[in-house]
Amino acid sequence: MGAPLIGARIPRKEDYRFLTGAGQYTDDVTLPRQTYAAFVRSPHAHAKIKSVNTAKAKGAPGVLGVYTGEEIAAAKLGGLPCGWLITDVNGQPMKEPPYPVIAQGKVRHVGERVAVVVAETQEQARDAAELVQVDYEVLQAVADGRLARAKGAPQLHDIAPDNTCYVWALGDKAAVDAAFAKAAHVTKLDFVNNRLIPNAIEPRAANGSYSRADDSYTLYVSSQNPHVERLLMTAFVMGLPEHKVRVVAPDVGGGFGSKIYLYGEDVVVTWASKQLGRPVKWTADRSESYVSDAHGRDHHTIAELAMDKDGKFLAMRVKTTANVGAYLSTFASCIPTILYATLLAGQYTTPVIHAEVTAVFTNTAPVDAYRGAGRPEATYVVERLVETAAREMKMDPAEIRRKNFIRSFPYQTPVALLYDTGNYDATMDAAQKLADVAGYAARKKASEAKGKLRGLGYAAYIEACGIAPSAVAGSLGARAGLYEAGEVRVHPTGTVTVFTGSHSHGQGHETTFAQVVADRLGLPVENVDIVHGDTSKILFGMGTYGSRSIAVGGTAIVKALDKIIAKGKKIAAHLLEASESDIEYANGEFKVAGTDKKKMFGEVAFAAYVPHNYPHDKLEPGLNENAFYDPSNFTFPAGTYVCEVEVDPETGVVKIERWSAVDDFGKIINPMIVEGQVHGGLAQGIGQAMTEGAKYDSHGQLVTGSFMDYCIPRADDLPSFQVDTRETPCTHNPLGVKGCGEAGAIGAPAALINAITDALGVKDIPMPATPQTVWRALQQKKAA
Amino acid sequence: MAVKVSMKVNGKPVSADVEARTLLVTFIREHLRLTGTHVGCDTAQCGACTVHMNGKAVKSCSMLAMQAEGADILTIEGLAKADGTLHPMQAAFKEHHGLQCGFCTPGMVMNAVDFAARHPNASEQEVREALDGNLCRCTGYHNIVKSIVAGSKAMAGAK
Amino acid sequence: MHAFNYHRPSNVNDAAALAAKSADSKLLAGGQSLVQAMKLRLAAPTDIVDLGMVKDLAGIKSDGKTVTIGAMTRHAEVTGSAEVKKAIPALAVLAGMIGDRQVRNMGTLGGSLANSDPAADYPAAVLGLGATITTTKGTHAADKFFKGLYETALRPGEIITSVSFPIPKRAGYMKFKNQASRFAIVGVFVADMGNGVRVAVTGAGPCVLRLAEMEKALGAKFAPESVAGLKVKSDGLNSDLHASAEYRAHLITVMAKRAVEAAMK
Repeated sequence: MGAPLIGARIPRKEDYRFLTGAGQYTDDVTLPRQTYAAFVRSPHAHAKIKSVNTAKAKGAPGVLGVYTGEEIAAAKLGGLPCGWLITDVNGQPMKEPPYPVIAQGKVRHVGERVAVVVAETQEQARDAAELVQVDYEVLQAVADGRLARAKGAPQLHDIAPDNTCYVWALGDKAAVDAAFAKAAHVTKLDFVNNRLIPNAIEPRAANGSYSRADDSYTLYVSSQNPHVERLLMTAFVMGLPEHKVRVVAPDVGGGFGSKIYLYGEDVVVTWASKQLGRPVKWTADRSESYVSDAHGRDHHTIAELAMDKDGKFLAMRVKTTANVGAYLSTFASCIPTILYATLLAGQYTTPVIHAEVTAVFTNTAPVDAYRGAGRPEATYVVERLVETAAREMKMDPAEIRRKNFIRSFPYQTPVALLYDTGNYDATMDAAQKLADVAGYAARKKASEAKGKLRGLGYAAYIEACGIAPSAVAGSLGARAGLYEAGEVRVHPTGTVTVFTGSHSHGQGHETTFAQVVADRLGLPVENVDIVHGDTSKILFGMGTYGSRSIAVGGTAIVKALDKIIAKGKKIAAHLLEASESDIEYANGEFKVAGTDKKKMFGEVAFAAYVPHNYPHDKLEPGLNENAFYDPSNFTFPAGTYVCEVEVDPETGVVKIERWSAVDDFGKIINPMIVEGQVHGGLAQGIGQAMTEGAKYDSHGQLVTGSFMDYCIPRADDLPSFQVDTRETPCTHNPLGVKGCGEAGAIGAPAALINAITDALGVKDIPMPATPQTVWRALQQKKAA
Repeated sequence: MAVKVSMKVNGKPVSADVEARTLLVTFIREHLRLTGTHVGCDTAQCGACTVHMNGKAVKSCSMLAMQAEGADILTIEGLAKADGTLHPMQAAFKEHHGLQCGFCTPGMVMNAVDFAARHPNASEQEVREALDGNLCRCTGYHNIVKSIVAGSKAMAGAK
Repeated sequence: MHAFNYHRPSNVNDAAALAAKSADSKLLAGGQSLVQAMKLRLAAPTDIVDLGMVKDLAGIKSDGKTVTIGAMTRHAEVTGSAEVKKAIPALAVLAGMIGDRQVRNMGTLGGSLANSDPAADYPAAVLGLGATITTTKGTHAADKFFKGLYETALRPGEIITSVSFPIPKRAGYMKFKNQASRFAIVGVFVADMGNGVRVAVTGAGPCVLRLAEMEKALGAKFAPESVAGLKVKSDGLNSDLHASAEYRAHLITVMAKRAVEAAMK
């Protein structure tokens, strides 16, 4: 065999179709007798629906059907479920208000679905949607999470007094309070982790079709997890038998969390396809995406760090209000709790930590997981506190981190997680070298000579990926398992098709997973194809989010491969007339140990399917195995980012001069793809810190409702990145992998804000630190 | 109002009766079923719909099909050679991992080909500025920029 | 997009007649603003008069005193024009900052001026250079052309055919972009015409406007320091999510100073 495949920069197998326009995204699927849906959406953040008049719309050209909340209720379509039950500090379950697929009697955010029009063409559907007359009684709205529990605030749901979904806590409060009481120094910050809008470049789309032939449905949908989508839709909303619904997530143009969830549109097009006996397609335009996709983040946090006189961390106290929007989206409840507070130890030995999280409903789009999901918020808390503490204590920011690094593993944090392994000094040292921190002082001088301000900031993040194990997640409230499934199908001639429950929407699984399989089997990568995204092909799957695919989905495949090799050994032993225990498998050959007797992988596969000479008494024919893998723990990627900025004090413009990232993702399968994931994550993290922020006005109108006002970074907003890795293999999966998809988005905001505040000489600055915000901060500093 | 529109797309003459309000991108995607040209926004910013009209990159979502009357349109489907060999810019994107989910990719490549034809030796900074009409959410642009710099050189070399 | 009647005249007189026929008709030049507005159903004209096939509306001519640019000339042609670069480099620079590459391949000078977006770039050059706008009904001096938010001196059915820009001694344009839309938060065009200085600002008010105080100061001495200390009043300036009136006022001074620097290079 040639060079090893694990660790090789193999160009992607999926690229050819994307580069030639041959990709198949949901909107590219047009079925025979296709019809098109357009949704009527609420222009108000909070209103009673007094009446909906559809007569005019029904009579418009090309219109086939118009449906409102009334028809949905009559059809007994259930509300959208939430997949994680959080139990509050008083032992009560969180408040779960109904989340109808089309509004029933009341709307609670701008963009909420009020009616749907289905017509022969998309323009006809949109023309007719304008003719649906809705009589609203507009109510007062509350959009800011900090105001949701204020006296007299408008109430969204009858079952959730004070707009409170839950108050939840983690950690030993008494111990934390005691530690604060004897601290030599306390650093305190009060900030907002800004609301973000994911903005995958492919807008959401769904195309439902019903077949009378076998009373079944097919839904094409831009989704990160088609099996989860099907399970939620059939079992909890539509009451359909699962085996009668096929969900296909074809090529998906980015997800970043926003396509994990079951959305009302998906249910409506599926249901309507049976009403009309024709397929119904809906594709969001970008304006709809802004008001109807699940948003991310939106925390208000007061955070404190207690230290002794030498900068050793004694305790951390965090109080967060999480704005979950108008309804609970699929995983909304676990993001600001399970995926947030558990990460507050960071890379440090802080002995006691207490976090209290209050989740509130507001008249805004639902908030759920967005790249990083809870972990960027946690990292922002920890790394802003640590950097600020260093400045207040007049310590070097790298040294205060080193003073507190965890160095002994496994390490049990005070916030429930057990870190299996890590080497934080390694990534810190490498990042400092890569960033040429030693040369920073000279660069700062040079900037000052030009009238510019220069700043440097660190973030040493940790994340928990591959959320697991199912039993633990279940005990914490998860209403789903968190394993993954894989199937390896060896064809008679020895080529291999692998079916995975993970879903690729940019991550390159078709290449990375093929490398793993080809490496294990000793076959050329070309002989291995990866299939994903179709419930009719894949046995089951939990999908892709939380950087779980290689660690969980990849391991499931490895487990199935182990079974293939084990069976192959039995077949080979028979063919070679040797004992099974003497058969070794390597480089695509089954060999009798210590001899040159061997059978090629293809020969064994052929024997399995043409079993003329075959151990029929011991084995079934065929070579096809599957496996489910439920990890024993999370994986814990970690790393250090160093950001250096130059600020133009006249305009407030911040230029990122250098970005150095050193990550520890454990073993790396394809470094080219991993680097790409880091770049993309960094861009979104930089976006959060510098350009992005969803803004609602006091009436609940989304002010940043398009690319004209919500700025996702462009090429010339970003620097070239210097990235590197260190490898501390994960101890509890066979590949030693940890996951890399979210790291950049998790670590970047704190590093950038640490750099900007350093340049400006201010304690804090709100995100996004736009030129105006930076300029204002300088004006305020001047005035003070 | 129905109108007749005629143009050349990827070298082949096409004509159809369409509603006057038909956008060029709708004509390409729905009438010609060339779905490689994508729609990612409704404010002319993402550039996923970029095609060439008479050799220049334009946003097909921001013009009526009628504005392309008589024009020569090139879409992503027409870029590779007939035998499937990738155009040097496509090959550079593959080589340098300039794409992830692939949705912005056709627009990126079409803009890049037009840009590179006019600026064969562009620097990374010039490439970044030339991408002001294309949004990518996956790559952070790092590898797109590398791809275009390399693709530009390859295009110049292939001449 | 709402349905409309589509017209494609081949000469400018027919175009003007068609445009005058219906009160809710719109002229379609490059379409980079109009098609957007129609797509978002913010504009719903009954009739579209497409100028794309009208002859003799595009082109660039220079006679040593003025540069005349046809109304249907695309931004990319202006920014790439050797004649413009030689005669009024700041105008070529400005055209290269409009929208993005693809937009510049479609968008036109006439379309931009007729639309008079408060944050568009071209109005700054037209007013900053004191250009003359020629239409099917006569001419307009720049100083009397821009009337307010999306409002110009154009009458119904009147079509811009070309714009003549006097060649200045030196000029500069500086734009502070809205990060998201890339329109001007503030764009300042400064032109030393030899017999006086003109300073035009886009993005800051309902339409492009001139700054008399800066013109006077620069007329006395054309140097960055002449404007660096001049504080602009924020009263009446635009204020939005991206920039308050105060920030805009401040940016006008900074951009003016930098435009002068650019002009002197």
